[in-house]
Amino acid sequence: MAKKVLMKGNEAIGEAAIHAGCQCFFGYPITPQTEIAAYMARRMPQVGRVFLQAESEVAAINMVYGAAGAGVRVMTSSSSPGISLKSEGISYIAGAELPCVIVNIVRGGPGLGGIQPAQSDYFQATKGGGHGDYRMVVYAPSSVQELVDLVQEAFDVADQYRNPVMIMGDGMLGQMMEPVEFKERQTTRNLPEKTWAANGLRGRKIHNVINSLYLKPEELEAHNKKLQQKYAEIEKNEVKYELYNLENEVDIVIVSYGTLARICKNAIKMLEKEGIKVGLIRPITLWPYPKKAFDEVMDKVKLGFISIEMNEGQMVEDVKLSVNGRKPVFFYGRSGGMVPTPAEIVNKIKEIVGGAK
Amino acid sequence: MPHQEIIFAGFGGQGILSMGKFLAYAGLEEELNVSWFPSYGPEMRGGTSNCSVIISDSPIGAPIVTDATAVVVMNRPSLDKFESHVVKGGLLIIDSDLVNREPERTDIEIIKIPAQRIAEEIGSKKIANMVLLGALVEKTKIVSMESLLKALKEHGKEQFYELNKKALERGAEYAR
Amino acid sequence: MAIVFERPKALLDVPTHYCPGCTHGIIHRLVAEVIDELGILDKTIGVAPVGCSVLAYDYFACDMYEAAHGRAPAVATGIKRAVPDSIVFTYQGDGDLAAIGTAEIVHAAARGEKITTIFVNNAIYGMTGGQMAPTTLPGQVTETSPYGRDVNTAGYPIRVSEMIATLDGAVYVERVSVDSVPNIIKAKKAIKKAFELQMQGKGFTMVEVLSICPTNWGLSPNEAIKWLRENMIPYYPLGVKKDITAGEVK
Repeated sequence: MAKKVLMKGNEAIGEAAIHAGCQCFFGYPITPQTEIAAYMARRMPQVGRVFLQAESEVAAINMVYGAAGAGVRVMTSSSSPGISLKSEGISYIAGAELPCVIVNIVRGGPGLGGIQPAQSDYFQATKGGGHGDYRMVVYAPSSVQELVDLVQEAFDVADQYRNPVMIMGDGMLGQMMEPVEFKERQTTRNLPEKTWAANGLRGRKIHNVINSLYLKPEELEAHNKKLQQKYAEIEKNEVKYELYNLENEVDIVIVSYGTLARICKNAIKMLEKEGIKVGLIRPITLWPYPKKAFDEVMDKVKLGFISIEMNEGQMVEDVKLSVNGRKPVFFYGRSGGMVPTPAEIVNKIKEIVGGAK
Repeated sequence: MPHQEIIFAGFGGQGILSMGKFLAYAGLEEELNVSWFPSYGPEMRGGTSNCSVIISDSPIGAPIVTDATAVVVMNRPSLDKFESHVVKGGLLIIDSDLVNREPERTDIEIIKIPAQRIAEEIGSKKIANMVLLGALVEKTKIVSMESLLKALKEHGKEQFYELNKKALERGAEYAR
Repeated sequence: MAIVFERPKALLDVPTHYCPGCTHGIIHRLVAEVIDELGILDKTIGVAPVGCSVLAYDYFACDMYEAAHGRAPAVATGIKRAVPDSIVFTYQGDGDLAAIGTAEIVHAAARGEKITTIFVNNAIYGMTGGQMAPTTLPGQVTETSPYGRDVNTAGYPIRVSEMIATLDGAVYVERVSVDSVPNIIKAKKAIKKAFELQMQGKGFTMVEVLSICPTNWGLSPNEAIKWLRENMIPYYPLGVKKDITAGEVK
């Protein structure tokens, strides 16, 4: 077993990417994720790989497009306003079906917003920040260890499906230090050879083209149908979630992801002492959304579900779609970098449960 | 069941973040669950600075500490901000050389340490943070002094080890 | 019977979509001939822009990319860094390179990216139907400068080659024209030199090619050639703007 080391989330992302065989990293400074770029600037040359600070997030994501198209594992990272800038490129990457990993250490918005932890990019990440009918796998780790594990998984999933994959954390996850272990891991996936890569003919007869342009409507529709088939496959195979305190019947179920889910766990323990039973669904993939988790626990829920988020109500829409009218859905959110305390969550839940009793 | 949630607070440059880190490393040394979370952003550069450290034998929830079992403050604004965050019966450690008011709480344990003077006696005001950390560990017993020294040896600068060690011991003595 | 003239291997045997009289075909051919002559088809990777030459990926026989508008130099950077032994070129028009893609071209040049940019300047947005480009001349009528480009409101054309030549990372910058056979021969020499310097790992190379757009200029090809000579060349003087190998003994 590898020794556990204490590492900042942001630095752990960098190291995990290196372990996963990331060959190129293209970055641009923005708080609160700059340590990723700084870490890669230090480490990538040590392992003979490429670090480049781009002139903008726009350039960085297009460098990713270039390197991914050439068939190498590549990553970029940013925070919310920078992800908005990258969204054009992400759409092209999805359209051209290129594998890559994009990290978003979310800060409060809209606009320049703030730099404190937030989850206000949920819509952007899961409903398509860029244009067109595309989907991106979005992982929302809640601890530094899970972050490390998911970064490695993200590269595999990206390669398997030829699709961009996002790791979405927040300033809390990026800045906090926790013990992590970098496990030597072999992928269990059957990763296809990148015969499509445009890295020079090198004896190949027919040229490879990396492209997202289809001028004939029939061809573009066919391309879209093919993408949708792939997305359906991802929805079938790649859903990840955690159920917590849901072995038995509960009064209410919290739905929360990322670091905020940890705060919710604290609240659940506090509520337990007051005789209020609360479960937690923690989506680990935000897309594909773990709809089946709701089916699984529906019979155990007395009052309903509450989506707790660090925004003004985004994931709650997916919670409502998943619950599909079977139970009431409540919402509690703080935004702008305000992180809910366990006590706040306790009060909100008592209000709902008390009102019902 | 060991479980401590600690806030360290002061000015940037006082070694607030690193005292938290050493404590977290010591916790890791003892195979406990640990988390360390800093304030970040423009305030890093010279303004107020603080970090939350949690050491526990059970999985850690929120890494941000709001109800602290112990708070260490190295300036007046930090006392103003965090005095109310100490849980009833908790511990407040104050660098009395830098904080010019008395705490108001009466339901917590308070240790005032002239950390600047002690540190200067040993050799440098820069290690006042270690004096306070020594006192914290002595009082809370959250980790052993051995683990803390081991963390210091592994993750601190070699040339300051002896000085830091002395500071930790003096702080511990003071709190005894 | 010996074949004395044929399609370069670096060009695919497909009809192009370019308008009659357009000089993109000539410039494509020059690039392809250079690739053939240098024997680098196997490791050359091209990046097409958004604009008239958006479909260039269908015409070149080497591996190709289609980039987002203006981003070709960033895409090329990603390719070259990922596959350092490849020969990478971007093929961009004036809207793509000198308007939306200004940051990318300047920084690729400043970094000394070992790529070659073929910059086709015809002083207009062609694909969208003839709008004002950053290189549209003062007084020139386009769809979005219907009273002629007014420098008081629309500013002045950018002399990209001169600007790029000021950057230390750029090792070779030349402006050429395809308005005559002698100039076409010079253009090919310039493109070849740019590729060669890239192969030697010297740094960023760019060849700006003054080109015509009879369709959107509203002129016959012959009139367009005349217009280029009388209007564009005086504003955009031909010649080498930067050559770090100048003075080197061959």
